[in-house]
Amino acid sequence: MIADLGIVFGRVLFVMMFMLNLGGILTWVERKQSAIMQDRIGANRASIRIPLIGVRLRILGLLHPLADAIKMLTKEDFMPARADRFLFSLAPFVSVFFALVAFASIPFGNVLHAAGREIPLQAVTLNVGVLYVFAMLSLGVYGVMMAGWSSGNNFALLGGQRAAALMISAEIAIGASIIGVIMVYGSLDLQSIARAQGQLLWGWIPKWGILTQPLAFVLFLTAGIASTKRIPFDTPEGESEIIGYFVEYSGMKFGMFAMADFLETIVVAGMTTALFLGGWQVPYLVAGGFQFPWGATLALPPLVVTLLQVGSFVTKVVVMIFFLMLIRWTLPRFRYDQAMRLGWLALFPLSIANIVLTGLVLLVTRPA
Amino acid sequence: MNLGQRFYLREVFSGLGLTAGHFFRNMGRHIAHSLGRRDARGAVTIQYPDERRRLAPRLRSLHRLVRREDGSPRCVACMMCETVCPARCIYIVADEHPNPEIEKVPSRFDIDLGKCVFCGYCVEACPEDAIRMDTGILEFSSYSRGGMIYSKDALLALEPAGPDGRPTSPVPIPADRRP
Repeated sequence: MIADLGIVFGRVLFVMMFMLNLGGILTWVERKQSAIMQDRIGANRASIRIPLIGVRLRILGLLHPLADAIKMLTKEDFMPARADRFLFSLAPFVSVFFALVAFASIPFGNVLHAAGREIPLQAVTLNVGVLYVFAMLSLGVYGVMMAGWSSGNNFALLGGQRAAALMISAEIAIGASIIGVIMVYGSLDLQSIARAQGQLLWGWIPKWGILTQPLAFVLFLTAGIASTKRIPFDTPEGESEIIGYFVEYSGMKFGMFAMADFLETIVVAGMTTALFLGGWQVPYLVAGGFQFPWGATLALPPLVVTLLQVGSFVTKVVVMIFFLMLIRWTLPRFRYDQAMRLGWLALFPLSIANIVLTGLVLLVTRPA
Repeated sequence: MNLGQRFYLREVFSGLGLTAGHFFRNMGRHIAHSLGRRDARGAVTIQYPDERRRLAPRLRSLHRLVRREDGSPRCVACMMCETVCPARCIYIVADEHPNPEIEKVPSRFDIDLGKCVFCGYCVEACPEDAIRMDTGILEFSSYSRGGMIYSKDALLALEPAGPDGRPTSPVPIPADRRP
């Protein structure tokens, strides 16, 4: 009983720590990656002086997230006089909460056999994992709308309204684009989708979602970026020009909205990994070790296999985050109407076409 | 826009290729730099207070008054610079020089750097080569307007910049910044 509780707690703790630490580091990644892309150096001045030796530790600017956190926590927490006090305080928590819990049903490894137990490497084993993640991602927008409405500021209200409109156009495309993947792998459980991606096409190509559903991959990624509210779909925020839903927020409440964006980026990267990049699969790695298509085998102990799988999942997520950051620092912002048009007139019909196409291909190839 | 551009995706990938190319090239240079290749630079940034850019030899920096061999100013208080100055930032009070060969000497020579536009006309106008703008000192700031006024003694103490363009004399600290 206690051991079961401990295992559940450990699984949740792993995902929680993964999300929170990666979210903090992403502020650093964002600064440094954009700097290197633009021939700059990036934030590197925050330092800690070690007492007695007097050496200043900078470690490539990694202390900036820490300095940011201290700054955010010690800033004045201002609330406008006309704000709805309860909803104004609740909104950032809603945003961060749903971004945090969305990752729960994404598997980060296959089953771990330890001490006679089978431990699924997934914070929560759900047979409707896909729906759960999308439900949580969609609920995140309630925090944004709440913030826009409760601020008592017309510009914030408009920002919240833009967020809602954008989210609706993106969610439809996300949901529709994913149907193709569900049809191919025949499950709503992210763990069985990940397992099914370990099969081989024609005996040598891993059957990853990006190969079986390339169109869905592009559609999902585009809509996914839109649901993170980051450039090029940052019309709800538009910090510098068009005033977003969080104008009235300051201090850590503002920081939580910024944090929610990063967490949503991680969720989208995790979902893309789970659905299209084979999840925790390493090519040709099965439970007993490597089995290469040319006949060679390499036996590995189960613990090594599990570590390889978790490492593969983390690597894929990090690479996906790099790619999302690359997009964020390359593309200019879509205008409000352009984003809507892209959602309704491009992503949505293409997703439907993808479903029809997938159905036809499955009908032809799958034996009745 | 042609069809390929309207489709957008191709252009997105060409843009991503450009930025990713920059990223990996600069990243490689950063790594080479940290592995000991000091000439590899991944960024164009000059980290200013730590690193300084080489100054051009003709750059007009903080003024100095040139000294004679005995240490007295070469200035003869002819008022040429004060007259030519478009910003009217020079204030000279003339006095009699103890040497009868030399007509006058400034008893006061103040430059208000808050007004100075660094045009260099004073240097051009000077018949005695008594004022120059070659100290290489660019950082002068103070908390008050009075602190921007540099007097004769401060200007006489300055030396010309070294061959690398760096100042050789200490940067004068304005009166209102002294602890």
